[in-house]
Amino acid sequence: MEVALSALIGIFFMTAVYLMLSPHIIRILLGVVVLGNAVNLLIFTNGRLTREVPPIVPDDVIVAAPTIANPLPQALVLTAIVISFSFFAFLLTLAYRAYQELDTDDTDTMRIAEPADEAAPPTGY
Amino acid sequence: MAGKPTEPVDITGAMVTQAPALADWLVVAPIIICLLGGAFLLAQRKNTAIQGRTAVAILALLVVAAVGLLVHVLNNGPIVMTMGRWLPPFGISFAVDVLGALLVLVGALVAFFCCLYALTEIDTEHRRYGFFPFLVLLMAGVSGAFLTGDIFNLYVWFEVLLIASFGLLILGNEKAQLDGAVKYAFLNLIATTLFLIATGYLYGLVGTLNMADIAVRVAELPDGAPINTIAALYLLAFAMKAAAFPVFSWLPASYHTPRIVVSAVFAGLLTKVGVYALLRTLVMLMPASLAVFADILAWIAGATMLIGVLGALAQSDIRRTMGYLVVSGIGSMLAGVALMSDLGLMGSIMYAVHSMIVMTALYMTCGLMIHRTGSHDLRGLGGLYGKDPFLSAIFLILAFAISGLPPFSGFWPKLTLVQASLSGGDGWLAAAILVTGFLTTIAVGRIWVMSFWRGGPSGTPDGESITQEAMPLSDPADRRDMLFPIIGLTALVIALGFLPRPYLNVAAGGAGGLLYSESYIGSVLGTEAADAAIGQELATETEAPEDNSAEGSQSGDGS
Repeated sequence: MEVALSALIGIFFMTAVYLMLSPHIIRILLGVVVLGNAVNLLIFTNGRLTREVPPIVPDDVIVAAPTIANPLPQALVLTAIVISFSFFAFLLTLAYRAYQELDTDDTDTMRIAEPADEAAPPTGY
Repeated sequence: MAGKPTEPVDITGAMVTQAPALADWLVVAPIIICLLGGAFLLAQRKNTAIQGRTAVAILALLVVAAVGLLVHVLNNGPIVMTMGRWLPPFGISFAVDVLGALLVLVGALVAFFCCLYALTEIDTEHRRYGFFPFLVLLMAGVSGAFLTGDIFNLYVWFEVLLIASFGLLILGNEKAQLDGAVKYAFLNLIATTLFLIATGYLYGLVGTLNMADIAVRVAELPDGAPINTIAALYLLAFAMKAAAFPVFSWLPASYHTPRIVVSAVFAGLLTKVGVYALLRTLVMLMPASLAVFADILAWIAGATMLIGVLGALAQSDIRRTMGYLVVSGIGSMLAGVALMSDLGLMGSIMYAVHSMIVMTALYMTCGLMIHRTGSHDLRGLGGLYGKDPFLSAIFLILAFAISGLPPFSGFWPKLTLVQASLSGGDGWLAAAILVTGFLTTIAVGRIWVMSFWRGGPSGTPDGESITQEAMPLSDPADRRDMLFPIIGLTALVIALGFLPRPYLNVAAGGAGGLLYSESYIGSVLGTEAADAAIGQELATETEAPEDNSAEGSQSGDGS
């Protein structure tokens, strides 16, 4: 199970890196989303996989059974999902506003803040 | 509840049973102040009249809490507070040692003075966009990152400060801002995601997220455990957050685009949080892996310093020059980390404190210069000495400090770092630090000569001075209000330069706390666990205790 999930995570990372290498913001954005999901799966797998055992301590015992699922990775993934979703929402808005204002989604041509033809600093008075 | 045991269960082994001492509440006070203050300011977002002064009051309260925290930590050692009463390592702990408390204090001071500056700089329109709530919430993230003792919690605070910084960065919605923000946002988000990846692997390897517990367990790992890979991921993630070569490009692309006070806050706080995280993870948690990467980190440090300052020399926009100087300063801090000695870490911490104060003050001064001349380009600046001799003196002091010239705050960290590199056998690193200082002098000296010394903008005949006041800032009260925070920070720069003793001692305490982390681990997990921690190989290599290193740099000055 771990091997299969590791391979899947590898494919996710591969896809994310490939998308993020593109100059187009919309592709980078999709890459970031895939990357976030790859990380979620990674944390989940790192917490060790168990099948069909909920992380709940039964009523009549004090100590949890040894085969109980690890609840911590689930909490971490939940936090990471919330954060990556809110960042995705922000980045989507930012990308759209940048497209409106700058009329491009190609980062190679986004040179307003750092103009390509900026003159060198003066060498004398 | 069915089957409920009749006898009460003994929970002392799993839970905190005693309420924390009242003074220990100081460890969460900065976060509580900022979160409550931020919530209040958000609720009052449309009420622009009271926002500014309320934010100043909140940040003043933060400064007071941070002073109390630092004094308490200096007197009583690290403080720990555990959330939800679960004993560490199960609950999320907030743990603060000297380094964390020092950085919270300096960060709070920087934010306080920036907030004072913003009272004039940020107009009603930008207040409606929410400058003050964002600033206070940014401080919640920054303070949380310095105070937390849990590595996943550190990630969460990184995201809190990141989302607040996005808000500040795009305040105003100008084209250049959106352009800069796109690069800043994507690259920083990728850096924090790398941090999360590393944390996921670390959890898989050691099964804990509590930093003190991680330090103990990493030292006990068998040979062949992939801890170096994890350390490399942390190095990459935090180098990106700290804007180190070769992953610094987001900083010069964005730091000159927002309002100047936003740049000042960012220059003072954000990259230093990255350096702090690097110190915490690599020096305290994985010292053996840091030793593996020390040479690479030293090269990164040297390259960051030199490329940063060369970038500064290549800019004609003074705001962009300052952005590159921030990058260059990060190189000096990383040099101390790469040296891994008491003296080196002490130099790093001192440089971080110095850089937070000076870079913020420099950005604010640039803001005033831009207001007075209407230009941010070296060609357009000029004649400021005649208009404002006092400002020119302040800029000169800050220029000396950033270049590392005595008698100001930049001298002591540079001296400590050079001494640490020489005693560590890295002569070339000492040379790189000194060459960087020299080139920085040229970069800031050129700004001073062109903006203050000459009579007017480029093309003004020699000997003439142009004194027309064509400024948007004609109200003398505005100048006074904007000058006040600059004077406050400059006074700190002078004080740290002339009275370095307490500053050296606190920084030495911070470095000692990282290298000899028994007291930190002991305060989180209990003393037995600290004794069991065996990752103290470093401690035996460098025998200089804190006081000696402070003495060393003092005597270095005399020679």
